[in-house]
Amino acid sequence: MTQVLVFFDRVDAHLTPAQAELLTHADALGEAVVVAGSLPAQGAAPLAVKGVTGVLTGDGPIYAPNPALGELLAAAAGELHPDLIIGPDTPDTVDVLSQAAVALNAGLITGATGVTGSGAATKSVLAGSWRTTAQISEDGPLLATLRPNTASQQAVPGPEPEVVELEVKASSAVQILEESALPDSGRPSLTEASTVVAFGRGVDGDLSLVEQLADELGAAIGASRVATDAGWIDHSAQVGQTGVTVSPPLYISVGISGAVHQKAGMQTSGTIVAINKDEDASVFEIADFGVVGDLNDVLPQMIAELRRRKD
Amino acid sequence: MPGSLHIITLVKWVPDAQLERQIGEDRRLIRSEGILGELDEHPLEAALQIKEQYDAEVRVSALTMGPPGASAAVKKALQIGADDGFHLTDEALQAADIWTTAAALSAAISYVRSTASADEFLVLTGMASEDGETAAVPAQVAARLGVPALTQATDVALKDSQLVVDRISGNRFQKVSAPLPAVVAVTDQANEPRYPNFRAIMKAKKKSTTTFSLAELGLTRYAVESKVSLLAAEPRPERQAGEIIHDDGAAGQKTVEFLSKEGLL
Repeated sequence: MTQVLVFFDRVDAHLTPAQAELLTHADALGEAVVVAGSLPAQGAAPLAVKGVTGVLTGDGPIYAPNPALGELLAAAAGELHPDLIIGPDTPDTVDVLSQAAVALNAGLITGATGVTGSGAATKSVLAGSWRTTAQISEDGPLLATLRPNTASQQAVPGPEPEVVELEVKASSAVQILEESALPDSGRPSLTEASTVVAFGRGVDGDLSLVEQLADELGAAIGASRVATDAGWIDHSAQVGQTGVTVSPPLYISVGISGAVHQKAGMQTSGTIVAINKDEDASVFEIADFGVVGDLNDVLPQMIAELRRRKD
Repeated sequence: MPGSLHIITLVKWVPDAQLERQIGEDRRLIRSEGILGELDEHPLEAALQIKEQYDAEVRVSALTMGPPGASAAVKKALQIGADDGFHLTDEALQAADIWTTAAALSAAISYVRSTASADEFLVLTGMASEDGETAAVPAQVAARLGVPALTQATDVALKDSQLVVDRISGNRFQKVSAPLPAVVAVTDQANEPRYPNFRAIMKAKKKSTTTFSLAELGLTRYAVESKVSLLAAEPRPERQAGEIIHDDGAAGQKTVEFLSKEGLL
């Protein structure tokens, strides 16, 4: 049986979609033990998922970017000798797996789209323009972070796993002086959403139609660099080379011409729908369905049609 | 007054992302041409701002690892304002994975430090390389050096050998502190990089660049052997343009119909 360690830097009252997805990957691969930097007040209850046989934490909560998270994961691997150590492809988790890989003298692959129990991983590289398969060259665990929207199954409930504390404490070198939640849009996170509605120059600063469309579809909102540079939305919404890379089943591009650096952030999406008034916009070259038209006409039609179908 | 400080910025020579990038028959990225990674201009700018504001002597070194052509990235870093450049180049580092890159760079950082007698040091990097895009090297270098890694930094301040870094941690904003030494990876939101002017370009011609190989670091090719090897690389099939319609007053309905038919609603 393949032994899989799944690392989460923090577990809150509800698993994030990316965390739930990781557990379905782990369940498909073998037996999973979760290593968590911190657990919520109700303990391991959110981790009561099929395939999870136990939970390991430190001696007290450890929060990113504390270097003890890497020590915790390495200590857990030292106890259980896993074949695979996986985590969601978020910056804090990449850091922790990176640190643990040094301690374990083991290979690391970030941003994988799939892994096998024998230490192979697939991933998209060069902004999604190439696909590669890599393999660890010796025995020992493979550490990998997995991109969201790569598992097709839903997490299945299971018994609540037991929690065991390892003797790893937070280091005092790194202190969190202040912490605050980033503004919550009430929408799914951009990288994890199954639908992304992205807008560009064409909306000319007015987000109301884009927001209504996103809400009808339960979608996250993304933007081109032009739109974030103009201050129409926070920089964290930028999809593209220097922003976020997304790969949702459905990507709707609204008023974005589709420059190379923008395409780089979305071209591995499942289905691409583009709406642009310029029929020569390069986004139409990669769109599965394109509408040449004014977004101020087309979006209200879409919103009305979606609402009509819900009634 | 704090002690003198040596800032080592890691820079990478990468193929221009605006152009088509290819993986060759040997399953390695074709690196015939390249530029200083855009994301690497931000740690350089952060280093120069610290140098301008810190209460002690600061030296800024730019360190790269790569084929002979990578010296172009160092040259650009010197023009932007680094005081000196270092270029680790060795055949054994071709097709380096994360493990190899971090092993070689952490040894190279110790080598670069040995060329100065600063009291403290700080390693600054970009948020990711624009070709490998693993974003894993800063934390691995930090682990090898035994120092904290503060990544996703949107602001870096240094006072009396104590770092205060603003960063994004998932859906949280954090202000964290750590003593030197440390590795800090800054995002492209941390600052607006300066452009080298003519005077800076002329001045850069007089700055020194040291080129060295693994042997000078006391490392053999076996000490930096990759843990991960690429078995296959294939271009993603080009996306094909699908159906394009012109809005006739019902394009929105037709779009929703398409989504419904594809099972995407």
